[in-house]
Amino acid sequence: MIGLTHYLAVSAALFVLGVFGIFLNRRNIIIILMSLELILLSVNINLVAFSAYLHQVHGQIFAMFVLTVAAGEAAVGLAILVIYFRNRGTVAVDQADLMKG
Amino acid sequence: MHPIFASIAIAGPETILTLGSLAALMLGSFTPKHRALVVTSLFAVAILAVAGFSLMDAPAGRSIAFDGLYIADDFSAFLKVIIMAAAAASVLLALPWLNESGTGRFEYPVLLLLAALGMAMMVSANDLLTLYVGLELAALPSYVLAAFSRADDRSAEAGLKYFVLGALASGILLYGVTLVYGFAGSTQLDVIAGLVAGQPERSLGLLFGIVFILAGLAFKVSAVPFHMWTPDVYEGAPTPVAAFFSAAPKAAALGLMARVLVVAFPGKVAADWQQIIMVIALASMVLGAVAAVAQTNIKRLLAYSSIANIGFALVGLAPGTPAGISALLFYVTVYVAMTLGSFLVVLQLRRPDGGTVEQMADLAGLSKTQPRLAAALTIFMFSLAGIPPLLGFWPKFAVFQAAIASGQIGLAIIGFIASVVAAFYYLRLIKIMYFDEPAVVLASEGSKVNGAMIAACALFCSPIGMLALSPLAVATARAAAALFPA
Repeated sequence: MIGLTHYLAVSAALFVLGVFGIFLNRRNIIIILMSLELILLSVNINLVAFSAYLHQVHGQIFAMFVLTVAAGEAAVGLAILVIYFRNRGTVAVDQADLMKG
Repeated sequence: MHPIFASIAIAGPETILTLGSLAALMLGSFTPKHRALVVTSLFAVAILAVAGFSLMDAPAGRSIAFDGLYIADDFSAFLKVIIMAAAAASVLLALPWLNESGTGRFEYPVLLLLAALGMAMMVSANDLLTLYVGLELAALPSYVLAAFSRADDRSAEAGLKYFVLGALASGILLYGVTLVYGFAGSTQLDVIAGLVAGQPERSLGLLFGIVFILAGLAFKVSAVPFHMWTPDVYEGAPTPVAAFFSAAPKAAALGLMARVLVVAFPGKVAADWQQIIMVIALASMVLGAVAAVAQTNIKRLLAYSSIANIGFALVGLAPGTPAGISALLFYVTVYVAMTLGSFLVVLQLRRPDGGTVEQMADLAGLSKTQPRLAAALTIFMFSLAGIPPLLGFWPKFAVFQAAIASGQIGLAIIGFIASVVAAFYYLRLIKIMYFDEPAVVLASEGSKVNGAMIAACALFCSPIGMLALSPLAVATARAAAALFPA
Protein backbone atom coordinates (compact mmCIF):
# COMPACT_ATOMS: atom_id res chain seq x y z
CA MET A 1 0.00 0.00 0.00
CA ILE A 2 1.41 3.35 -1.04
CA GLY A 3 0.81 5.89 1.70
CA LEU A 4 1.45 9.55 2.36
CA THR A 5 5.06 9.01 3.42
CA HIS A 6 5.97 7.50 0.05
CA TYR A 7 4.74 10.58 -1.78
CA LEU A 8 6.51 12.87 0.68
CA ALA A 9 9.74 10.92 0.20
CA VAL A 10 9.55 11.21 -3.60
CA SER A 11 8.78 14.90 -3.34
CA ALA A 12 11.64 15.51 -0.88
CA ALA A 13 14.02 13.64 -3.17
CA LEU A 14 12.96 15.74 -6.17
CA PHE A 15 13.30 18.93 -4.13
CA VAL A 16 16.83 18.05 -3.03
CA LEU A 17 17.74 17.09 -6.62
CA GLY A 18 16.49 20.47 -7.79
CA VAL A 19 18.43 22.41 -5.16
CA PHE A 20 21.62 20.47 -5.85
CA GLY A 21 21.08 20.90 -9.56
CA ILE A 22 21.31 24.65 -9.03
CA PHE A 23 24.34 24.68 -6.74
CA LEU A 24 26.47 21.87 -8.15
CA ASN A 25 25.91 22.70 -11.82
CA ARG A 26 28.82 24.69 -13.24
CA ARG A 27 28.03 24.39 -16.92
CA ASN A 28 24.77 25.72 -18.16
CA ILE A 29 22.11 28.19 -17.03
CA ILE A 30 19.41 26.22 -18.88
CA ILE A 31 20.04 23.37 -16.44
CA ILE A 32 19.34 25.81 -13.60
CA LEU A 33 15.95 26.63 -15.16
CA MET A 34 15.20 22.90 -15.39
CA SER A 35 16.17 22.47 -11.73
CA LEU A 36 13.79 25.28 -10.76
CA GLU A 37 10.95 23.48 -12.53
CA LEU A 38 11.89 20.31 -10.66
CA ILE A 39 11.55 22.14 -7.33
CA LEU A 40 8.10 23.46 -8.27
CA LEU A 41 6.97 19.99 -9.40
CA SER A 42 8.13 18.44 -6.13
CA VAL A 43 6.01 21.06 -4.36
CA ASN A 44 3.02 20.02 -6.47
CA ILE A 45 3.43 16.36 -5.52
CA ASN A 46 3.46 17.43 -1.88
CA LEU A 47 0.33 19.54 -2.30
CA VAL A 48 -1.67 16.87 -4.07
CA ALA A 49 -0.56 14.16 -1.64
CA PHE A 50 -1.55 16.25 1.39
CA SER A 51 -4.78 17.24 -0.30
CA ALA A 52 -5.74 13.58 -0.76
CA TYR A 53 -4.60 12.70 2.75
CA LEU A 54 -6.57 15.52 4.41
CA HIS A 55 -9.66 14.93 2.19
CA GLN A 56 -9.60 18.61 1.19
CA VAL A 57 -9.61 20.17 -2.23
CA HIS A 58 -7.50 23.21 -1.23
CA GLY A 59 -4.17 21.56 -1.95
CA GLN A 60 -5.15 20.67 -5.51
CA ILE A 61 -6.38 24.20 -6.19
CA PHE A 62 -3.08 25.47 -4.83
CA ALA A 63 -1.25 23.10 -7.21
CA MET A 64 -3.11 24.68 -10.16
CA PHE A 65 -1.90 28.11 -9.09
CA VAL A 66 1.65 26.84 -8.72
CA LEU A 67 1.53 25.38 -12.25
CA THR A 68 0.29 28.68 -13.67
CA VAL A 69 2.88 30.78 -11.85
CA ALA A 70 5.60 28.32 -12.87
CA ALA A 71 4.69 28.90 -16.52
CA GLY A 72 4.95 32.67 -16.06
CA GLU A 73 8.23 32.29 -14.21
CA ALA A 74 9.71 30.14 -16.98
CA ALA A 75 8.66 32.74 -19.58
CA VAL A 76 10.34 35.59 -17.68
CA GLY A 77 13.41 33.48 -16.96
CA LEU A 78 13.89 32.47 -20.59
CA ALA A 79 13.41 36.08 -21.74
CA ILE A 80 16.13 37.27 -19.36
CA LEU A 81 18.34 34.39 -20.48
CA VAL A 82 17.91 35.47 -24.10
CA ILE A 83 19.02 39.08 -23.44
CA TYR A 84 21.92 37.73 -21.39
CA PHE A 85 22.98 35.48 -24.29
CA ARG A 86 22.70 38.39 -26.76
CA ASN A 87 25.11 40.43 -24.67
CA ARG A 88 27.61 37.77 -23.70
CA GLY A 89 27.32 35.08 -26.35
CA THR A 90 27.35 32.32 -23.73
CA VAL A 91 25.08 30.75 -21.12
CA ALA A 92 27.87 29.21 -19.01
CA VAL A 93 27.34 29.63 -15.26
CA ASP A 94 30.95 30.47 -14.39
CA GLN A 95 31.02 33.30 -16.95
CA ALA A 96 28.42 35.26 -14.97
CA ASP A 97 31.00 37.03 -12.82
CA LEU A 98 31.04 40.69 -13.89
CA MET A 99 30.15 41.60 -10.32
CA LYS A 100 31.74 39.87 -7.36
CA GLY A 101 29.42 39.39 -4.39
CA MET B 1 -25.04 42.12 -3.46
CA HIS B 2 -23.31 38.97 -4.63
CA PRO B 3 -20.38 38.15 -2.31
CA ILE B 4 -17.89 38.48 -5.15
CA PHE B 5 -18.79 42.16 -5.62
CA ALA B 6 -18.49 42.80 -1.89
CA SER B 7 -15.04 41.17 -2.02
CA ILE B 8 -13.96 43.29 -4.97
CA ALA B 9 -15.09 46.41 -3.11
CA ILE B 10 -13.07 45.42 -0.04
CA ALA B 11 -10.01 44.82 -2.23
CA GLY B 12 -10.46 48.31 -3.69
CA PRO B 13 -6.81 49.37 -3.97
CA GLU B 14 -5.89 46.12 -5.71
CA THR B 15 -8.84 46.42 -8.11
CA ILE B 16 -7.76 49.97 -9.00
CA LEU B 17 -4.17 48.84 -9.54
CA THR B 18 -5.20 45.86 -11.67
CA LEU B 19 -7.42 47.89 -14.00
CA GLY B 20 -4.96 50.79 -13.89
CA SER B 21 -1.98 48.72 -14.97
CA LEU B 22 -3.93 47.24 -17.88
CA ALA B 23 -5.11 50.72 -18.89
CA ALA B 24 -1.54 52.04 -18.59
CA LEU B 25 -0.32 49.35 -20.97
CA MET B 26 -3.00 50.36 -23.50
CA LEU B 27 -2.25 54.04 -23.02
CA GLY B 28 1.44 53.49 -23.62
CA SER B 29 0.82 51.44 -26.74
CA PHE B 30 -1.57 53.93 -28.36
CA THR B 31 0.24 57.18 -27.50
CA PRO B 32 2.77 58.58 -30.01
CA LYS B 33 6.15 57.11 -29.22
CA HIS B 34 7.93 60.31 -28.11
CA ARG B 35 5.26 61.07 -25.49
CA ALA B 36 4.40 57.52 -24.39
CA LEU B 37 6.84 57.41 -21.47
CA VAL B 38 5.80 60.68 -19.82
CA VAL B 39 2.08 60.09 -20.34
CA THR B 40 2.23 56.53 -18.99
CA SER B 41 4.38 57.57 -16.01
CA LEU B 42 2.02 60.38 -14.98
CA PHE B 43 -0.94 58.02 -15.43
CA ALA B 44 0.81 55.42 -13.24
CA VAL B 45 1.42 58.01 -10.52
CA ALA B 46 -2.24 59.03 -10.69
CA ILE B 47 -3.34 55.39 -10.37
CA LEU B 48 -1.06 54.87 -7.37
CA ALA B 49 -2.43 58.07 -5.79
CA VAL B 50 -6.04 56.96 -6.35
CA ALA B 51 -5.25 53.53 -4.89
CA GLY B 52 -3.57 55.21 -1.90
CA PHE B 53 -6.45 57.61 -1.26
CA SER B 54 -9.03 54.84 -1.66
CA LEU B 55 -7.59 53.45 1.59
CA MET B 56 -8.78 56.59 3.39
CA ASP B 57 -12.49 55.82 3.22
CA ALA B 58 -12.12 52.09 3.74
CA PRO B 59 -14.23 50.88 6.69
CA ALA B 60 -12.36 50.81 10.00
CA GLY B 61 -11.48 47.48 11.57
CA ARG B 62 -10.95 44.29 9.63
CA SER B 63 -12.79 43.16 6.51
CA ILE B 64 -12.27 39.70 5.09
CA ALA B 65 -12.81 39.09 1.39
CA PHE B 66 -12.70 36.19 -1.08
CA ASP B 67 -13.64 33.55 1.54
CA GLY B 68 -10.77 34.40 3.84
CA LEU B 69 -8.06 34.68 1.19
CA TYR B 70 -7.76 38.45 1.60
CA ILE B 71 -7.84 40.73 4.62
CA ALA B 72 -8.03 44.51 4.79
CA ASP B 73 -7.17 45.96 8.18
CA ASP B 74 -5.22 48.86 9.69
CA PHE B 75 -1.94 46.94 9.33
CA SER B 76 -2.36 46.38 5.59
CA ALA B 77 -3.66 49.93 5.07
CA PHE B 78 -0.63 51.47 6.79
CA LEU B 79 1.85 49.43 4.74
CA LYS B 80 -0.10 50.01 1.52
CA VAL B 81 0.19 53.77 1.96
CA ILE B 82 3.99 53.38 2.28
CA ILE B 83 4.13 51.02 -0.71
CA MET B 84 2.05 53.31 -2.95
CA ALA B 85 4.11 56.35 -1.96
CA ALA B 86 7.42 54.55 -2.54
CA ALA B 87 6.23 53.12 -5.87
CA ALA B 88 5.00 56.54 -7.06
CA ALA B 89 8.34 58.07 -6.07
CA SER B 90 10.13 55.27 -7.98
CA VAL B 91 8.09 56.01 -11.11
CA LEU B 92 8.90 59.74 -10.96
CA LEU B 93 12.58 59.43 -10.08
CA ALA B 94 13.25 57.20 -13.10
CA LEU B 95 11.88 59.68 -15.67
CA PRO B 96 15.09 61.72 -16.31
CA TRP B 97 17.17 58.54 -16.50
CA LEU B 98 14.75 56.84 -18.90
CA ASN B 99 14.69 59.92 -21.14
CA GLU B 100 18.48 60.16 -21.16
CA SER B 101 19.14 56.50 -21.82
CA GLY B 102 17.34 57.10 -25.11
CA THR B 103 15.07 54.10 -25.00
CA GLY B 104 12.18 55.94 -23.33
CA ARG B 105 10.33 52.67 -22.98
CA PHE B 106 6.94 53.10 -21.32
CA GLU B 107 6.95 49.56 -19.90
CA TYR B 108 8.84 50.83 -16.86
CA PRO B 109 5.85 52.45 -15.08
CA VAL B 110 3.61 49.53 -16.11
CA LEU B 111 5.98 46.99 -14.55
CA LEU B 112 6.17 49.14 -11.40
CA LEU B 113 2.36 49.23 -11.18
CA LEU B 114 2.20 45.42 -11.43
CA ALA B 115 4.90 45.06 -8.77
CA ALA B 116 2.98 47.48 -6.52
CA LEU B 117 -0.14 45.35 -7.03
CA GLY B 118 1.79 42.24 -5.97
CA MET B 119 3.13 44.03 -2.90
CA ALA B 120 -0.35 45.23 -1.94
CA MET B 121 -1.54 41.60 -2.16
CA MET B 122 1.39 40.52 0.01
CA VAL B 123 0.50 42.78 2.93
CA SER B 124 -3.18 41.81 2.64
CA ALA B 125 -2.52 38.06 2.44
CA ASN B 126 -4.64 36.09 4.88
CA ASP B 127 -3.91 32.74 3.25
CA LEU B 128 -0.76 30.97 2.12
CA LEU B 129 -2.14 30.96 -1.43
CA THR B 130 -2.52 34.76 -1.54
CA LEU B 131 0.92 35.04 0.04
CA TYR B 132 2.50 33.01 -2.74
CA VAL B 133 0.65 34.63 -5.64
CA GLY B 134 1.29 38.14 -4.24
CA LEU B 135 4.96 37.38 -3.75
CA GLU B 136 5.34 36.12 -7.31
CA LEU B 137 3.36 39.03 -8.74
CA ALA B 138 5.79 41.37 -7.00
CA ALA B 139 8.84 39.32 -7.97
CA LEU B 140 8.29 38.68 -11.70
CA PRO B 141 8.16 42.39 -12.72
CA SER B 142 11.18 42.98 -10.46
CA TYR B 143 13.27 40.44 -12.40
CA VAL B 144 12.39 42.23 -15.63
CA LEU B 145 13.16 45.64 -14.10
CA ALA B 146 16.61 44.47 -12.93
CA ALA B 147 17.44 43.56 -16.55
CA PHE B 148 15.81 46.74 -17.90
CA SER B 149 18.90 48.21 -19.65
CA ARG B 150 19.04 45.14 -21.80
CA ALA B 151 22.03 46.27 -23.88
CA ASP B 152 24.13 46.58 -20.71
CA ASP B 153 26.08 43.46 -19.72
CA ARG B 154 25.86 44.15 -16.02
CA SER B 155 22.11 44.81 -16.05
CA ALA B 156 21.45 41.53 -17.90
CA GLU B 157 23.65 39.66 -15.45
CA ALA B 158 21.91 41.33 -12.48
CA GLY B 159 18.54 40.29 -13.89
CA LEU B 160 19.71 36.72 -14.41
CA LYS B 161 21.18 36.40 -10.91
CA TYR B 162 18.11 37.97 -9.33
CA PHE B 163 15.83 35.64 -11.29
CA VAL B 164 17.70 32.41 -10.47
CA LEU B 165 18.09 33.16 -6.76
CA GLY B 166 14.61 34.66 -6.50
CA ALA B 167 12.97 31.67 -8.13
CA LEU B 168 14.96 29.34 -5.86
CA ALA B 169 13.78 31.32 -2.81
CA SER B 170 10.16 31.10 -4.03
CA GLY B 171 10.60 27.35 -4.47
CA ILE B 172 11.95 26.95 -0.93
CA LEU B 173 9.14 29.11 0.46
CA LEU B 174 6.58 27.07 -1.45
CA TYR B 175 7.98 23.80 -0.10
CA GLY B 176 7.58 25.26 3.39
CA VAL B 177 4.02 26.28 2.54
CA THR B 178 3.15 22.70 1.53
CA LEU B 179 4.61 21.34 4.76
CA VAL B 180 2.63 23.84 6.86
CA TYR B 181 -0.51 22.98 4.87
CA GLY B 182 0.02 19.27 5.36
CA PHE B 183 0.97 19.25 9.02
CA ALA B 184 -1.45 21.97 10.17
CA GLY B 185 -4.33 21.11 7.83
CA SER B 186 -5.22 24.50 6.39
CA THR B 187 -3.77 27.30 4.30
CA GLN B 188 -5.63 30.13 6.03
CA LEU B 189 -3.43 31.95 8.53
CA ASP B 190 -5.88 32.34 11.43
CA VAL B 191 -7.22 28.79 10.96
CA ILE B 192 -3.63 27.45 11.07
CA ALA B 193 -3.16 29.20 14.42
CA GLY B 194 -6.26 27.48 15.84
CA LEU B 195 -5.32 24.05 14.45
CA VAL B 196 -1.75 24.28 15.74
CA ALA B 197 -2.96 25.32 19.18
CA GLY B 198 -5.14 22.22 19.23
CA GLN B 199 -2.32 19.80 18.44
CA PRO B 200 -1.28 17.76 21.48
CA GLU B 201 2.46 17.90 20.77
CA ARG B 202 4.89 19.91 18.71
CA SER B 203 4.95 18.77 15.08
CA LEU B 204 8.39 18.46 13.52
CA GLY B 205 6.96 18.77 9.99
CA LEU B 206 5.34 22.07 10.91
CA LEU B 207 8.63 23.35 12.32
CA PHE B 208 10.39 22.45 9.06
CA GLY B 209 7.65 24.27 7.18
CA ILE B 210 8.15 27.43 9.25
CA VAL B 211 11.92 27.27 8.68
CA PHE B 212 11.49 26.92 4.90
CA ILE B 213 8.96 29.78 4.78
CA LEU B 214 11.31 31.97 6.81
CA ALA B 215 14.22 31.14 4.48
CA GLY B 216 12.16 32.22 1.46
CA LEU B 217 10.99 35.44 3.13
CA ALA B 218 14.49 36.23 4.43
CA PHE B 219 15.63 36.19 0.81
CA LYS B 220 12.94 38.70 -0.16
CA VAL B 221 13.97 41.14 2.59
CA SER B 222 17.67 40.36 1.84
CA ALA B 223 18.48 39.29 5.38
CA VAL B 224 21.68 37.34 6.13
CA PRO B 225 22.29 34.44 5.28
CA PHE B 226 20.15 34.97 2.15
CA HIS B 227 21.57 38.36 1.21
CA MET B 228 24.16 37.30 -1.44
CA TRP B 229 22.12 38.64 -4.34
CA THR B 230 21.64 42.14 -2.92
CA PRO B 231 24.99 43.86 -3.63
CA ASP B 232 25.27 42.29 -7.10
CA VAL B 233 21.73 43.19 -8.13
CA TYR B 234 21.95 46.74 -6.75
CA GLU B 235 25.24 47.29 -8.56
CA GLY B 236 24.17 45.78 -11.88
CA ALA B 237 20.58 47.01 -12.06
CA PRO B 238 19.96 50.57 -13.31
CA THR B 239 20.15 53.03 -10.38
CA PRO B 240 16.40 53.95 -10.40
CA VAL B 241 15.57 50.24 -10.23
CA ALA B 242 17.98 49.74 -7.33
CA ALA B 243 16.26 52.66 -5.57
CA PHE B 244 12.90 50.92 -6.06
CA PHE B 245 14.26 47.55 -4.82
CA SER B 246 15.60 49.14 -1.66
CA ALA B 247 12.28 50.71 -0.64
CA ALA B 248 8.82 49.32 -1.43
CA PRO B 249 9.57 45.55 -1.69
CA LYS B 250 11.35 45.63 1.67
CA ALA B 251 8.32 47.23 3.34
CA ALA B 252 5.98 44.68 1.75
CA ALA B 253 8.11 41.64 2.60
CA LEU B 254 8.65 42.76 6.21
CA GLY B 255 4.91 43.31 6.57
CA LEU B 256 4.18 39.87 5.12
CA MET B 257 6.74 38.27 7.44
CA ALA B 258 5.20 39.98 10.48
CA ARG B 259 1.67 38.94 9.55
CA VAL B 260 2.51 35.30 8.79
CA LEU B 261 4.55 34.81 11.95
CA VAL B 262 2.31 36.71 14.36
CA VAL B 263 -1.08 35.59 13.03
CA ALA B 264 -0.39 31.99 12.00
CA PHE B 265 2.20 30.94 14.59
CA PRO B 266 1.45 32.55 17.97
CA GLY B 267 1.64 30.87 21.36
CA LYS B 268 3.82 27.85 21.83
CA VAL B 269 5.38 27.83 18.34
CA ALA B 270 6.32 31.51 18.70
CA ALA B 271 9.47 30.67 20.66
CA ASP B 272 10.73 28.63 17.68
CA TRP B 273 10.50 31.39 15.09
CA GLN B 274 11.63 34.07 17.53
CA GLN B 275 15.02 32.32 17.86
CA ILE B 276 15.37 32.24 14.07
CA ILE B 277 14.42 35.90 13.69
CA MET B 278 16.90 36.85 16.41
CA VAL B 279 19.75 35.04 14.66
CA ILE B 280 18.82 36.52 11.26
CA ALA B 281 18.57 40.02 12.74
CA LEU B 282 21.93 39.72 14.52
CA ALA B 283 23.72 38.34 11.46
CA SER B 284 22.22 41.02 9.17
CA MET B 285 23.18 43.89 11.47
CA VAL B 286 26.74 42.64 11.95
CA LEU B 287 27.43 41.59 8.35
CA GLY B 288 25.79 44.70 6.92
CA ALA B 289 28.00 46.87 9.11
CA VAL B 290 31.28 44.99 8.64
CA ALA B 291 31.09 44.15 4.91
CA ALA B 292 30.16 47.71 3.92
CA VAL B 293 33.45 49.06 5.26
CA ALA B 294 35.43 47.61 2.33
CA GLN B 295 33.11 48.88 -0.44
CA THR B 296 34.12 51.51 -3.00
CA ASN B 297 30.93 51.45 -5.11
CA ILE B 298 28.12 53.63 -3.76
CA LYS B 299 25.37 51.27 -4.86
CA ARG B 300 27.08 48.31 -3.17
CA LEU B 301 27.51 50.45 -0.05
CA LEU B 302 23.79 51.27 -0.05
CA ALA B 303 23.05 47.55 -0.59
CA TYR B 304 24.99 46.59 2.54
CA SER B 305 23.37 49.50 4.35
CA SER B 306 19.95 48.11 3.44
CA ILE B 307 20.99 44.65 4.71
CA ALA B 308 22.01 46.19 8.04
CA ASN B 309 18.81 48.23 8.25
CA ILE B 310 16.67 45.14 7.63
CA GLY B 311 18.54 43.57 10.56
CA PHE B 312 17.55 46.49 12.80
CA ALA B 313 13.94 46.30 11.61
CA LEU B 314 13.85 42.56 12.38
CA VAL B 315 14.92 43.32 15.96
CA GLY B 316 11.42 44.77 16.28
CA LEU B 317 9.86 41.54 14.98
CA ALA B 318 11.83 39.23 17.30
CA PRO B 319 9.79 39.94 20.47
CA GLY B 320 6.50 39.32 18.61
CA THR B 321 4.74 41.91 20.79
CA PRO B 322 2.47 44.81 19.66
CA ALA B 323 5.18 47.26 20.77
CA GLY B 324 7.76 45.42 18.66
CA ILE B 325 5.57 45.33 15.54
CA SER B 326 4.77 49.01 15.97
CA ALA B 327 8.52 49.76 16.20
CA LEU B 328 9.09 47.64 13.06
CA LEU B 329 6.50 49.66 11.12
CA PHE B 330 8.02 52.91 12.38
CA TYR B 331 11.47 51.70 11.29
CA VAL B 332 10.21 50.74 7.82
CA THR B 333 8.58 54.16 7.31
CA VAL B 334 11.71 56.11 8.16
CA TYR B 335 14.01 53.66 6.35
CA VAL B 336 12.05 54.04 3.10
CA ALA B 337 12.47 57.85 3.23
CA MET B 338 16.20 57.60 4.03
CA THR B 339 17.06 55.06 1.34
CA LEU B 340 14.97 56.74 -1.37
CA GLY B 341 16.62 60.05 -0.49
CA SER B 342 20.14 58.60 -0.72
CA PHE B 343 19.43 56.98 -4.08
CA LEU B 344 17.81 60.19 -5.36
CA VAL B 345 20.97 62.16 -4.61
CA VAL B 346 23.11 59.56 -6.39
CA LEU B 347 20.72 59.67 -9.36
CA GLN B 348 20.77 63.46 -9.48
CA LEU B 349 24.56 63.64 -9.92
CA ARG B 350 26.20 63.35 -13.33
CA ARG B 351 29.85 62.88 -14.26
CA PRO B 352 31.34 65.34 -16.81
CA ASP B 353 31.03 62.62 -19.48
CA GLY B 354 27.30 62.36 -18.74
CA GLY B 355 27.54 59.01 -16.95
CA THR B 356 25.96 58.28 -13.58
CA VAL B 357 28.05 58.32 -10.41
CA GLU B 358 29.10 54.84 -9.27
CA GLN B 359 32.32 55.17 -7.28
CA MET B 360 32.55 56.75 -3.86
CA ALA B 361 35.77 58.51 -4.92
CA ASP B 362 33.72 60.48 -7.47
CA LEU B 363 31.97 62.23 -4.59
CA ALA B 364 35.21 63.84 -3.38
CA GLY B 365 34.74 67.54 -2.75
CA LEU B 366 31.01 67.42 -3.47
CA SER B 367 30.45 70.06 -0.79
CA LYS B 368 32.23 72.59 -3.01
CA THR B 369 30.70 71.65 -6.36
CA GLN B 370 27.15 70.74 -5.28
CA PRO B 371 26.70 72.08 -1.74
CA ARG B 372 22.95 71.49 -1.53
CA LEU B 373 23.07 67.86 -2.70
CA ALA B 374 26.05 67.25 -0.40
CA ALA B 375 24.06 68.65 2.53
CA ALA B 376 21.09 66.43 1.69
CA LEU B 377 23.28 63.31 1.41
CA THR B 378 24.90 64.25 4.75
CA ILE B 379 21.47 64.35 6.39
CA PHE B 380 20.61 60.90 4.97
CA MET B 381 23.95 59.40 6.04
CA PHE B 382 23.75 60.83 9.59
CA SER B 383 20.16 59.64 9.75
CA LEU B 384 21.05 56.12 8.52
CA ALA B 385 23.85 56.05 11.09
CA GLY B 386 21.29 56.90 13.77
CA ILE B 387 22.82 60.12 15.11
CA PRO B 388 20.32 61.50 17.68
CA PRO B 389 18.82 64.78 16.49
CA LEU B 390 17.99 63.26 13.10
CA LEU B 391 14.91 61.14 12.55
CA GLY B 392 16.89 57.93 11.91
CA PHE B 393 17.72 57.71 15.60
CA TRP B 394 14.14 57.30 16.81
CA PRO B 395 13.16 54.06 15.07
CA LYS B 396 16.46 52.43 16.17
CA PHE B 397 15.64 53.56 19.71
CA ALA B 398 12.11 52.15 19.37
CA VAL B 399 13.18 48.68 18.17
CA PHE B 400 15.86 48.37 20.86
CA GLN B 401 13.38 49.52 23.48
CA ALA B 402 10.91 46.84 22.33
CA ALA B 403 13.66 44.18 22.41
CA ILE B 404 14.78 45.19 25.94
CA ALA B 405 11.18 45.32 27.19
CA SER B 406 10.77 41.66 26.25
CA GLY B 407 14.08 40.65 27.82
CA GLN B 408 16.22 40.34 24.68
CA ILE B 409 18.96 42.54 26.08
CA GLY B 410 21.83 40.78 24.26
CA LEU B 411 20.16 41.49 20.91
CA ALA B 412 19.92 45.19 21.75
CA ILE B 413 23.55 45.41 22.91
CA ILE B 414 24.96 43.73 19.78
CA GLY B 415 22.65 45.88 17.65
CA PHE B 416 24.01 48.97 19.34
CA ILE B 417 27.62 47.88 18.67
CA ALA B 418 26.78 47.11 15.02
CA SER B 419 25.25 50.55 14.59
CA VAL B 420 28.47 52.13 15.94
CA VAL B 421 30.52 50.11 13.41
CA ALA B 422 28.10 51.11 10.66
CA ALA B 423 28.52 54.78 11.61
CA PHE B 424 32.14 54.46 10.42
CA TYR B 425 31.31 54.07 6.74
CA TYR B 426 28.49 56.59 6.75
CA LEU B 427 30.87 59.13 8.29
CA ARG B 428 33.61 58.17 5.82
CA LEU B 429 31.30 59.12 2.94
CA ILE B 430 30.69 62.50 4.60
CA LYS B 431 34.44 62.94 5.08
CA ILE B 432 34.99 62.24 1.35
CA MET B 433 32.38 64.85 0.42
CA TYR B 434 33.57 67.59 2.77
CA PHE B 435 37.32 67.18 3.23
CA ASP B 436 38.72 65.59 0.06
CA GLU B 437 39.79 67.61 -2.96
CA PRO B 438 37.39 67.32 -5.93
CA ALA B 439 38.68 64.79 -8.48
CA VAL B 440 35.92 65.30 -11.04
CA VAL B 441 33.43 68.15 -11.08
CA LEU B 442 29.99 66.60 -10.85
CA ALA B 443 27.05 68.32 -12.46
CA SER B 444 23.51 68.22 -11.18
CA GLU B 445 21.09 66.54 -13.53
CA GLY B 446 18.71 69.39 -12.73
CA SER B 447 15.37 67.57 -12.57
CA LYS B 448 13.04 69.78 -10.49
CA VAL B 449 10.77 66.88 -9.50
CA ASN B 450 13.67 64.83 -8.17
CA GLY B 451 15.08 67.93 -6.45
CA ALA B 452 11.75 68.44 -4.70
CA MET B 453 11.64 64.78 -3.63
CA ILE B 454 15.18 65.05 -2.24
CA ALA B 455 14.17 68.16 -0.31
CA ALA B 456 11.06 66.42 1.04
CA CYS B 457 13.02 63.32 2.17
CA ALA B 458 15.76 65.47 3.70
CA LEU B 459 13.21 67.57 5.57
CA PHE B 460 11.52 64.41 6.87
CA CYS B 461 14.86 62.93 8.05
CA SER B 462 16.06 66.23 9.60
CA PRO B 463 15.11 67.21 13.18
CA ILE B 464 12.01 68.90 11.72
CA GLY B 465 10.77 65.38 10.98
CA MET B 466 10.28 64.91 14.71
CA LEU B 467 6.99 66.77 14.26
CA ALA B 468 5.82 63.60 12.52
CA LEU B 469 6.78 61.40 15.47
CA SER B 470 3.52 61.53 17.41
CA PRO B 471 1.14 61.01 14.45
CA LEU B 472 3.40 58.15 13.29
CA ALA B 473 3.36 56.62 16.77
CA VAL B 474 -0.46 56.66 16.80
CA ALA B 475 -0.68 55.17 13.28
CA THR B 476 1.90 52.41 13.87
CA ALA B 477 0.34 51.46 17.21
CA ARG B 478 -3.08 51.14 15.60
CA ALA B 479 -1.65 49.15 12.67
CA ALA B 480 0.25 46.80 14.98
CA ALA B 481 -2.82 46.27 17.17
CA ALA B 482 -4.67 44.92 14.10
CA LEU B 483 -2.40 41.84 14.15
CA PHE B 484 -3.36 41.02 17.74
CA PRO B 485 -7.15 40.57 17.86
CA ALA B 486 -8.41 40.98 21.40
